[in-house]
Amino acid sequence: MERAKSRISSSNLLRRKVGQGIAFGLFWLAAAVAVAALLFIIGYVVVQGSQVINLAFLTTRPAGGVSGEGGMSTTIVTTIYLVVLVIAIATPLGVLAAVYMVEYASEAERESALARWLIRIARSGVEILAGVPSIIFGLFGFALFVSFMKLKFSLLSAGLSGACLVLPVIIRTSEEALKAVPRSYREGSLALGATKWQTVVQVVLPTAAPGIVTGIVLSVGRVIAETAIFWVTLGGSYRLPTGLLSSGRTMALHVYMLASETRAFDKAMGTAAILIVTIIVINLLINITSRQLAQRVMGKQ
Amino acid sequence: METKLKVKDFSVYYGGFEAMHEIDIEIPAHQITAIIGPSGCGKSTFLRAFNRMNDLIPTSHVDGEIYMDDEDLYDIDVVELRKRVGMVFQRPNPFPKSIFDNVAYGPRAHGLRARAQLEEIVERSLRRAVLWDEVNDDLEKSGLALSGGQQQRLCIARALAIEPDVILMDEPASALDPIATLRIEELIQSLKESYTIVIVTHNMQQAARASDYTAFFNMMESRAGYLVEYGPTKQLFTNPQQKATEDYVTGRFG
Repeated sequence: MERAKSRISSSNLLRRKVGQGIAFGLFWLAAAVAVAALLFIIGYVVVQGSQVINLAFLTTRPAGGVSGEGGMSTTIVTTIYLVVLVIAIATPLGVLAAVYMVEYASEAERESALARWLIRIARSGVEILAGVPSIIFGLFGFALFVSFMKLKFSLLSAGLSGACLVLPVIIRTSEEALKAVPRSYREGSLALGATKWQTVVQVVLPTAAPGIVTGIVLSVGRVIAETAIFWVTLGGSYRLPTGLLSSGRTMALHVYMLASETRAFDKAMGTAAILIVTIIVINLLINITSRQLAQRVMGKQ
Repeated sequence: METKLKVKDFSVYYGGFEAMHEIDIEIPAHQITAIIGPSGCGKSTFLRAFNRMNDLIPTSHVDGEIYMDDEDLYDIDVVELRKRVGMVFQRPNPFPKSIFDNVAYGPRAHGLRARAQLEEIVERSLRRAVLWDEVNDDLEKSGLALSGGQQQRLCIARALAIEPDVILMDEPASALDPIATLRIEELIQSLKESYTIVIVTHNMQQAARASDYTAFFNMMESRAGYLVEYGPTKQLFTNPQQKATEDYVTGRFG
């Protein structure tokens, strides 16, 4: 009895500890490789790019032509315009669509077979659209907004096309965030005599807000990073856009055009470096604001 | 004694399934009525009939009569009904908001905006829920940062803030430790002067300790819940009229 007991407690201890050590080592290695690759890319672009970055590069506009001379000032401004436009169009549409799908669709589904079909189509439509390559949205935007609606290559055409591109992202992340709100919150609110709409606005949406913001952040990143879709909807003018109907060039598009059509590869690197830094800064800013927002809604933890 | 809630031939169905079978009961005002019975006998379903929370389940429908103060519950607008019949749930479910906003939620939903009045209601409700002394130094703290027992008292305060006539409690202490449970029971006693309280409980000692009337529910072969026996708590526990009640309260089944 005594012997059996001691055998159980110690026989494979060493082997288990070694196994654990190897597993942890592998995890650490995987994490290290992933982070190192990321840091190398960012580091490489920033170091290469910093050779051309100076105040003049940031504040003069591109000169145009095959030389690739000039700076990148107008592309920064155009990128900001476009991000604001896309988010302003897509966020309300996407969030309201998600609220409908999560909170109201089931009622409509019960009441009519037609609604059931429409909602099913909408659901799978969102799924499919989320996986469609951006250039398809670009071609759609070109056909509908640029040609048919005669909006030309413009911020508006690009903003509407970009909104179509990120809409599935916003709808899906918002849906997930809304579904994650516990049913007990909804019941608690309804049991106090709040209406369904009050419950949605005052309890469900604030609770889901951090998740919804995640979808918006992803969308901002998407707009900053995309090239093809804006190549066929925004045009590529290096001038400063003067209104919703003027053409422009985002930073990513500028990188693409410099690298593919000019000899100014160094300036493409410089623009890319600024692009990366911008994305990092935007992510940080939105993270901080969403945390403060959550704190204001939820009270101090 | 004045009757607050009255139910006649009342059945609840989920789709084709009968969850409650022809209940007849009269619940007195300003008393604590406990609902006891084995798991799955429809105690919660019965409780949720009084604020029509069962309506949230799409396939549910009811049959028979249900009244509050002789007024048909289905003639009252459901939002208005839930203002008059408050509810405390099994698991504490404070909103992820500050303590103040949790308690002020109901009054605000019903249109009260004036800050001074809200402050008064919040303080009064928290005092009545015996939570004020523990939280008054920081009402901006999140309701989620409180302990389980405090959270449940916050939920009680939240229900009191809308000045209901009736408070429904669905096993309000089942997720709490014994000390927190005792505090909740004391609190319930102190509330009965002003409110009619119906409480579902799993815990027989709790029913015996804390209630004036007790209703014992059981399940039929079809799994439909029905009322076996109803009467003053003392009588039900010391001199039950039905064999099933006696078996249950003495712990022989359930």
